[in-house]
Amino acid sequence: MTARIEMTGVSKAFPGVRALDGVDFRVEAGEVHALMGENGAGKSTLIKIMTGALRGDGGEIRLDGRPVQIGGPGDAQALGIGAVYQEVNLIPTMSVTKNLTLLRQPRRFGLIDWRAARERARERLRRLDVDIDVERPLGSYSVAVQQLVAIARALEDDTRVLVLDEPTASLDANETALLFKIVRDLKARGLAIVFITHFIDQVYAIADRISVLRNGRLVGCAPTAELPPPQMIALMLGRELERAEERTAQTPSAVRGEPILVAEGVGRRRLMQPFDLSLRAGEVVGLAGLLGSGRTEVAKLIFGAIKSDSGAMTVAGAPVGAASPGRSLHLGIAFCPEDRKAEGIVAELSVRENIVLALQTKRGVFRRLSHSEQQALADNMIEALAIATPDAEKPVGQLSGGNQQKVVLARALASEPRILILDEPTRGIDVGAHAEIVALIRRLCADGLGLVVASSELDELVAVSDRIAVLKDRRKIGEIEERAINRQTIIDTIAGPSS
Amino acid sequence: MKIAKWLGGAAIAATLVLAGSSAFAVTIGFSQVGDEGDWRPAFSKDMQEEAKKEGIDLKFADAQGKEEEQLKAVRAFIAQKVDAIIIAPVVTTGWGQVLAEAKKANIPVFLADRDVEGDKSLFVARISADFNLEGKLAGAWLAQASKGNCKIVELQGTVGSAPAIERKKGFEAVTSLFPDMKIVKSQSGDFTTEGGKKVMEAFIKATDNLKGICGVFAHNDNMQLGAIQAMKEAGLKPGKDVLMVSVDYVPAMKEALAAGDANASVELRSAIGKYIYPVVTQYLQDHKELPKWIVIPSDLHAAKTAGN
Amino acid sequence: MKHAGNVEAETQPASRLRAIFTHRAIWPVIALALIFLVDGIISPGFFQIRVVEGRLFGNLIDILYRATPTALVAIGMAVVIGTKGIDLSVGAIIAIVGAVITWRIHAGDPHGLVLLIALAVALVCGLWNGFLVAVLDIQPIIATLILMTSGRGIGLMINLLYGGTNPSFTSPFLQGLSVGHIGLIPTRLVLFGAIFLALWLLVRRTAFGLLLEAVGGNPAAARIVGINARLVIYSAYLISGFCAGWAGVVLAADTHTSDPVSIGLYVELDAILAVVIGGGSLAGGRIYLGMTLLGVLVIQALTTSILTSGLPPEYNLVVKAVVVLVVLLLQSANLRAALYRMFARAKP
Repeated sequence: MTARIEMTGVSKAFPGVRALDGVDFRVEAGEVHALMGENGAGKSTLIKIMTGALRGDGGEIRLDGRPVQIGGPGDAQALGIGAVYQEVNLIPTMSVTKNLTLLRQPRRFGLIDWRAARERARERLRRLDVDIDVERPLGSYSVAVQQLVAIARALEDDTRVLVLDEPTASLDANETALLFKIVRDLKARGLAIVFITHFIDQVYAIADRISVLRNGRLVGCAPTAELPPPQMIALMLGRELERAEERTAQTPSAVRGEPILVAEGVGRRRLMQPFDLSLRAGEVVGLAGLLGSGRTEVAKLIFGAIKSDSGAMTVAGAPVGAASPGRSLHLGIAFCPEDRKAEGIVAELSVRENIVLALQTKRGVFRRLSHSEQQALADNMIEALAIATPDAEKPVGQLSGGNQQKVVLARALASEPRILILDEPTRGIDVGAHAEIVALIRRLCADGLGLVVASSELDELVAVSDRIAVLKDRRKIGEIEERAINRQTIIDTIAGPSS
Repeated sequence: MKIAKWLGGAAIAATLVLAGSSAFAVTIGFSQVGDEGDWRPAFSKDMQEEAKKEGIDLKFADAQGKEEEQLKAVRAFIAQKVDAIIIAPVVTTGWGQVLAEAKKANIPVFLADRDVEGDKSLFVARISADFNLEGKLAGAWLAQASKGNCKIVELQGTVGSAPAIERKKGFEAVTSLFPDMKIVKSQSGDFTTEGGKKVMEAFIKATDNLKGICGVFAHNDNMQLGAIQAMKEAGLKPGKDVLMVSVDYVPAMKEALAAGDANASVELRSAIGKYIYPVVTQYLQDHKELPKWIVIPSDLHAAKTAGN
Repeated sequence: MKHAGNVEAETQPASRLRAIFTHRAIWPVIALALIFLVDGIISPGFFQIRVVEGRLFGNLIDILYRATPTALVAIGMAVVIGTKGIDLSVGAIIAIVGAVITWRIHAGDPHGLVLLIALAVALVCGLWNGFLVAVLDIQPIIATLILMTSGRGIGLMINLLYGGTNPSFTSPFLQGLSVGHIGLIPTRLVLFGAIFLALWLLVRRTAFGLLLEAVGGNPAAARIVGINARLVIYSAYLISGFCAGWAGVVLAADTHTSDPVSIGLYVELDAILAVVIGGGSLAGGRIYLGMTLLGVLVIQALTTSILTSGLPPEYNLVVKAVVVLVVLLLQSANLRAALYRMFARAKP
């Protein structure tokens, strides 16, 4: 049988890195094909070649058996290959209509026919069961809705191949279920769907077939039923994964002493209701809740990235006064933001410069870290966090997403904090790095660091937390103590009657 | 001599201009470009003072360099039914409509300074200095001082501007009459002291300390003053080793002439009210047809030490 | 776990050649060399340097000498552009400084004090720009446009304070800073060297450069790190103001007149161009002081060459535009990648 899309012997080299090395990849019509691999395994590169964002160095692409040249995104679209990328790449200040008709506007007498455009936009969204005001700017909707708009845009009437790159990264359970329903519909219509995710469960919920990449090579391809999770993860990592997510009763608690951080009644109108929170040395406090429940807001309020308009905080018994990132830095509070692109990395600066940034800021302008000190610090962090980079001088923007996240974490750790706040530390990170980060969090606590971890992944919170603060609708609705921590109690707390 | 003929032409224009008198009170609207530079504010001030002296009721409007402001001012003059309108145009184009309105209202229009394009019958006369004549005067002086044998370097004004084009043309019209007068280097100094200095510095290097150069012609005094500085810094003696002639006759140039650093400068008069008003008042009395361009005479001021 | 497996060692000579051709200085250097080559062909004495009136004298010295004001402005501009900003007001600051110097000398102040007043005024201008950008959060291009358009008018008003329609001044002290010489070397070059060194030390030998590049590269991230972005941006505009002020001292003392309408006209454009030729991006995040200097030299070598070449002035801007265009095209990563591909394909 002829595959809908078949790529053979695809290679791609970047300066210093061989991103793809003779990869064969085929997807049948009416198939959901999961493309798996660690950060930097070559998933994004393969997809970019398929969609014309990059040109491969060699290899062949056939669409329904016919060889095709994909010279640019326009070619891919004309051939019926649509894609939705991990980072939503729409224009938030433009209306939904304009976003949906950016490339192909309906015309009347040579001019854009906006009424027809609106109708087409509504029609496209209706196919996905989405009913929103198409005249409002896209940015006024939640990330989930923006994601659906991005899918709607990628879908043309003649779309034959649809690539979904981490489409569920910012969706909650209901939204994910809706997306899967849509994916199944599209599959039934004969589309070939390439699905990239780091949620293992989702792969087994929706994919028919799995291909696994490692270090730019295809290391496995099998129907989902024949490749159970442990084997697949082993393929991805090239080794067996220790089951880090299991919370073991034997884990000795490192919690000790008086609270190092106490927040009382801290909040900000319209963003977060006043809440209390305390943290002791060696303790991990998890922030659990659904999308939009206020996890990020709590993290940022404590750090001072959002100014509170009520309450007070003390660090090690001393009142903080007006919290700000600069003040927090000097008090020994470090923060890793959720949105690494917008608030984390400085893309043009090197890995070394990104890592030393916070420590240098703490020391001040005139106490510059010498180049050798910077180098040593960067090398230590690259080693300790297993950051995949040819050297410390590579601009951080050229690393893969997960490695960028690690650089942001390295920067926070390098500033020698007593308290570390992590907002979605494993977002967009593959299983291997995920386990490393969880293990790292445990090590840090043993060293007496206090940690606040906000995460949308319950398993992760269950695995690492000594205490979990549960948030709902921008309010703290409860705390779960050590012994009671498991998935079910968190879900029950969130689902329980809120007053 | 051809030079004498040009100078004579200027003199004829002057006699014609001085013929007018001011026996009755008139109202004149004057639309000025703005107040950029040194020359224009002095021109505005002179127009106002001279009007007072002549007993003319002058309505003065500053267009702030904007064409639409100027059109507005001229229309206001027409509505006020002034006896005559004098315009120093901001731009040379786009005048047809408003000049026709003035003509319909029977108000004679005179131009000062710049010319306008289009139908010349819509205004009575343009009264201004002649850039070309200024160039000729400078060229004639240099021809005389060097006895018709001179290698010249030229500091041009801003490329494409009317004074730069016309002064160059006039200057070359004279020098071309003398086979041994030649412009060997010519560059733009943008009418500024800084520009003149920069260009002269480069000329000094390119000509091996102005070897064989006998004259410098600058399209304005500011550039010439810059050139004088550059020459002094290179150990040359402007005004002695090399003849220096330029246009404008600004106060700093008067000092340079007195000090012997420069040799001659053609005056660009700002006190020209005494040339303009008599023409206007005379025309209001007799409505006699006038030549389309009445040239205000240019005078060349030479230092006493000039030309040995 | 280390992911270093796919980093390949390249063969030595190829990588060295590549290092040279991908170095960011290569294209401006080639451009400069070509300009000099043409100069050498059309005017044989171009590279001659003599001693005249006790100082070095020649086209090459002229290029350095004339480049000084633009270079001063450009290194300040490089710092501002590093913060993702731009300072259009530098020419206007030069005009104000020139007017202030002339005014205070006419008022009879000691000339050393006049210099301090002039630099203080330039710093106030920088403070004003910094206030608009860092505190009021106005886009830099708009914020500095305010002073750019009003500055020359302020200069004219200062001239009117003492009725100067065409004011000039004499000050052996200030003129010494501009047109004097120390030994054989023009004083302005020596002073520029000192300012450049001080700025380089500030940028590269303190953490200022790193913090500034972080603020320029990603302001939100810099804020989260705890950098006082407002202070950093303020400093950048102060530095630019100071550099423009010093350029104003050099230029005003050069012609010893105050001519606010034309002094330092379009210097902001040359300065921005120099930064860009030097590989700086207007998107901010990187400061290349040395490269900016190279950019200034390319522009000034071109200007001086045109002046000495005898080319009619009508062609000045065209020639300049063509050369700048070629340099910028060669700087383009896309074009370079295309050339590299062609080169690679040509080889078997």
